[in-house]
Amino acid sequence: MKAFLKYREIWLAAAIIVLIGLISTRFPAFADPGNLGQVFNDTSILMILALGQMVVILTRSIDLSMASNLCFTGMVVAMLNAAHPAIPIPVLIVIALAVGLALGAINGLLVWRLNIPSIVVTLGTLTIYRGATFVLSGGAWVNADKMSPEFIGFQRAAFLGIPVLSWIAILVIALFFVLMTRTALGRSIYAIGVNPTASIYTGIDVGRTKFIVFCISGMIGGLAGYLWISRYVIASVEVANGYELNIIAACVIGGISIAGGIGSVGGAVLGALFLGIISNALPVINISPFWQMAISGSAIILAVVLNARGERQQGRIILRKAEAA
Amino acid sequence: MSDIPAPRHIPDRLDKPFRSAIFSWEALLVVVAVAIFAINSFASPYFLDPYSLSDLTFNFTEKGLIAFAMALLIISGEIDLSVAAIIALASTMMGMAVQAGAGTPVLVLIGIVVGLGCGAFNGLLVTRLGLPSIVVTIGTMSLFRGIAFIILGDQAYKGYPESFAFFGQGYVWWVVSFELVLFLIAAVVYWFLLHRTSFGRRVFAIGNNPVAAQFSGVRVGRIKFILFCLTGLMSGIASVLITSRLGSTRPSIAQGYELEVITMVVLGGVSILGGAGSIVGVVLAAFIMGLVTFGLGLLNVPGIVMSIFIGLLLIIVIALPIVWRRLRGGR
Repeated sequence: MKAFLKYREIWLAAAIIVLIGLISTRFPAFADPGNLGQVFNDTSILMILALGQMVVILTRSIDLSMASNLCFTGMVVAMLNAAHPAIPIPVLIVIALAVGLALGAINGLLVWRLNIPSIVVTLGTLTIYRGATFVLSGGAWVNADKMSPEFIGFQRAAFLGIPVLSWIAILVIALFFVLMTRTALGRSIYAIGVNPTASIYTGIDVGRTKFIVFCISGMIGGLAGYLWISRYVIASVEVANGYELNIIAACVIGGISIAGGIGSVGGAVLGALFLGIISNALPVINISPFWQMAISGSAIILAVVLNARGERQQGRIILRKAEAA
Repeated sequence: MSDIPAPRHIPDRLDKPFRSAIFSWEALLVVVAVAIFAINSFASPYFLDPYSLSDLTFNFTEKGLIAFAMALLIISGEIDLSVAAIIALASTMMGMAVQAGAGTPVLVLIGIVVGLGCGAFNGLLVTRLGLPSIVVTIGTMSLFRGIAFIILGDQAYKGYPESFAFFGQGYVWWVVSFELVLFLIAAVVYWFLLHRTSFGRRVFAIGNNPVAAQFSGVRVGRIKFILFCLTGLMSGIASVLITSRLGSTRPSIAQGYELEVITMVVLGGVSILGGAGSIVGVVLAAFIMGLVTFGLGLLNVPGIVMSIFIGLLLIIVIALPIVWRRLRGGR
């Protein structure tokens, strides 16, 4: 039973190892630990975004507005930093989390209180938040020269030889792992995805839980906003345009079922890493970056085909301890 | 008990005709459209000029053509996010054909065939392998546009023949463009297909309850496959129009159209959960979106700010009936 539950992640991890192996036949230095650490650091933002999206998808919902939330929140912290360089970075991160949370709560309230399907709500807020970024900034950009050195340097600073950005990703992964496997909320998130009606009868407040997952994905979007802007040192309306689909792609490749209830923290992280490795590897093995889109598209289709087979063969089991007993 | 959906009506016509005519979604859309039209005509002196109204139609005709097929697809409980990528791929293939010296009829044929082929590919993946369409079409979206990027890179194809320009730039009569005529013909065809044929009836039945439809003899897989082909076909036709209007092909052509098409369909009162909707609503939604973008354009509002209005319109129009029901105390 346990073997099956780890099944997908093991296959995906194997696929990633094979991928790294294939790349290192063309470019041996790719498999160096230092370079792999670099790839991890590069993929950090996509990883945490995929985790935020994961909790939403697990409840049979979807959040298309994450990239726009990232764009808006990134603009807010960039403009704050440009106007008041004295604000310490931890405070800015708290502000980013709060702004992201507010945007996520708007999605969550519409889904919870008005029962509008999440795809419709977030399709609307996707355009609204990006438009709001333009209104906020008046169409202007915030460039590197307007940002304070601390703002840019914070995530690049090394702690125990690893950049802070990677530490943030590790911390978020750990938090999500605890949330999904050790808390009642994590359990309810899975339960809602597996069977919403039964969840109601077991006393789970489905609407409120959905509100909470949108708040979580909003906070993650906000955090990613600061990380993105300080990494690429430009804040504009175009930031992360169309990125919402990359986030969902990472989840799908990671074996998170769009029908809800199936998926794990490990899967989301590996799915994001898979995409990150491809985008990092193409330039070094002399393949045009224009191939990236077609490759990730094929990977998504392949992942869906393989995952659908697994889902049909096995029922959905969340209470594995009860099964084993 | 939020997650247990209320039973949905299949036909509008079996309701009390009088009440449904006054309190219907379409009536709400008509009010919205008239209001926006009036605001526009007061806001800008240039708005009521026939030529400017004719320009307005280009804002929605191409997306509207796809929205009709997408409406049927969403009513059947599926979705296609790859429509804009199909446009890009079909346009790229047309561009390649131009480099090889193809004439206008061949170009149109290529656009239609590529669109149909991509739609069939989506349909096969969804119906044969039983995969969720939202994920499949996110995948094929990257795949189709990815192929366009591989072929074109950062280049652009130009040099389309003179006669090809008619589809996206030509006028049939005075200020009535070819695109508008095509849009209106398609509206009638799809209205007839959805509301007056047994095929349309089956599409509603599938959206309401695919299992029950299957047991009552509806070939669910086959009908869904046909709907994916139709959506691909309309994207191919739209690709011919857009390529002709712009006179060039870039791999980033029609970026983000899929979300606008879906917005149009949902704004038109088609339930994203499937099983309910009408073509009249989609036509009205197309007009409304065209009016909003054009009206704001006359007021020099940038495109990105317009999207705020479209997004708000979408959420408000969906939320209104729900809030209205709540206020009246009925559930």
